[in-house]
Amino acid sequence: MGPLWLSMELAVTVAALLLLIGLPVAYWLAFSKWRGKFLLEAVVALPLVLPPTVLGFYALLAMGPHGPLGKVWRAAFGHGLAFTFAGLVLASMFYSFPFAVQPLMSSFEAVDRRLLNASAVLGASPWRTFRSVILPLSISGIITAIVLCFAHTLGEFGVVLMVGGNLPGVTRTASIAIYDRVQSLEYGEANRMALVLLIISFSVLSVVYALNRHARRSLWTPWATK
Amino acid sequence: MRFLAINDVRRGKRFVRAFAAITACLLVISLAGVCAPGARINAEQGPAAASLPVLRVAAAADLQFAMQDLAEQFEKKDIAKLQVTYGSSGNFFSQIQNGAPFDLFFSADLQYAKKLDAAGLAEPGTLCEYAVGRLVLWARADAVVDVGKDGWKALLDARVEKIAIANPEHAPYGKAAVAALRSAGIYDQVKSKLVYGENISQTAQFVQSGNAQVGLVALSLAVSPGMKDGKRWEVPAGAYPPIEQGAVVLRSAQNKSAARAFLEFVQSAAGRETLTKYGFSFAAQAK
Repeated sequence: MGPLWLSMELAVTVAALLLLIGLPVAYWLAFSKWRGKFLLEAVVALPLVLPPTVLGFYALLAMGPHGPLGKVWRAAFGHGLAFTFAGLVLASMFYSFPFAVQPLMSSFEAVDRRLLNASAVLGASPWRTFRSVILPLSISGIITAIVLCFAHTLGEFGVVLMVGGNLPGVTRTASIAIYDRVQSLEYGEANRMALVLLIISFSVLSVVYALNRHARRSLWTPWATK
Repeated sequence: MRFLAINDVRRGKRFVRAFAAITACLLVISLAGVCAPGARINAEQGPAAASLPVLRVAAAADLQFAMQDLAEQFEKKDIAKLQVTYGSSGNFFSQIQNGAPFDLFFSADLQYAKKLDAAGLAEPGTLCEYAVGRLVLWARADAVVDVGKDGWKALLDARVEKIAIANPEHAPYGKAAVAALRSAGIYDQVKSKLVYGENISQTAQFVQSGNAQVGLVALSLAVSPGMKDGKRWEVPAGAYPPIEQGAVVLRSAQNKSAARAFLEFVQSAAGRETLTKYGFSFAAQAK
């Protein structure tokens, strides 16, 4: 499997998983009335602060046989977490977490509270309100979250470098492969791969943003069928 | 309702006050940060030292500990102050080609220094081989295998799941590691266990963190404070082509005589003794 394809697979997996985890976390952060909420908001933003290689270094320690993640994983699957695709996914999820939660949270917060009250008064459960009112009105934020996670993971370098071990087909992503070519002074090959990565990313991002525009104009709401 | 509004206003004012206080604190801290280092350097150097030129040295990652010692010894001669940047030799090579402001380049791979010389970016006649790197098998003190006792056999142990080496495509220690594994006749057996570090210090991190059980790293790192407690076994020098490390004074150097003086010091008896202490050998010795 080529490095570009591997990067795509990683980016799609991470974006999908982060959406699943990001939705409840963002919902809680947007609607909870707990006074200490700001602390959790700060924690969510923390991966933005650390340099990726440093974040990757801590991920490596956490995944090691002496780290908490590594111990749990080893007990469950019988092998280490570092140098595996699953390890990359986990580290990348941590790294891109703020990019999933923050757009979701702001779009949830922007939903008119009167609509939520109306929904509740009409007898809808919180889950029904979430499904039929909040989600359709937050489509922009959801798309932004998916795109940001995808793009951020696709271009990720430092974290993958630190926990990946550069295994072809398993952890050698496009950014690592390009870096390798540069290190080997094969600038031509590096340029070629970088160009392909840019073209693919540009196409994907354009399509998504075009869809997003279309969605906003026509209020395309796949969830609100009933 | 009125009571609530007053409360809100009070809370707003409190917030503004707190915000202003925090901003003021941050401003003071950052200003202090801007002023302090300058003030400290002036105080340390004094009038005599202020006139000493500063040599900017780009050094390979495996020199981290040796270079610090060499720099301290050289600075006692009052010829120049040293400012050393450590990193990957390949990165430095690209940066120097594009005008990075260094005076001296200590590469982990003689080839990079040779290429700069050939491209006319080095001072003529300064290209030299200052040391030869040594490769060791290294494992944590609490590792499952004893590399010190078993040598190559340790790598075949089933409990060794991952073996870290530097990237053989461009890192000199990585190339040497693959050559050594081949000459020991176990490359095909351990190939599936190999993981690749971007450079030799990252390779060491893989082993030090326990994610790889054994690694093939530079002796110069294995003797460092963080790793000297681990177990190590030196790979026989004949098992891999020598890791020749080359240095040059760069053509763009601002103070060429001081740069030459430092390069000569590194190759002097005192310099070689220091390099030996930190796990390097020399061509004459190896041959």
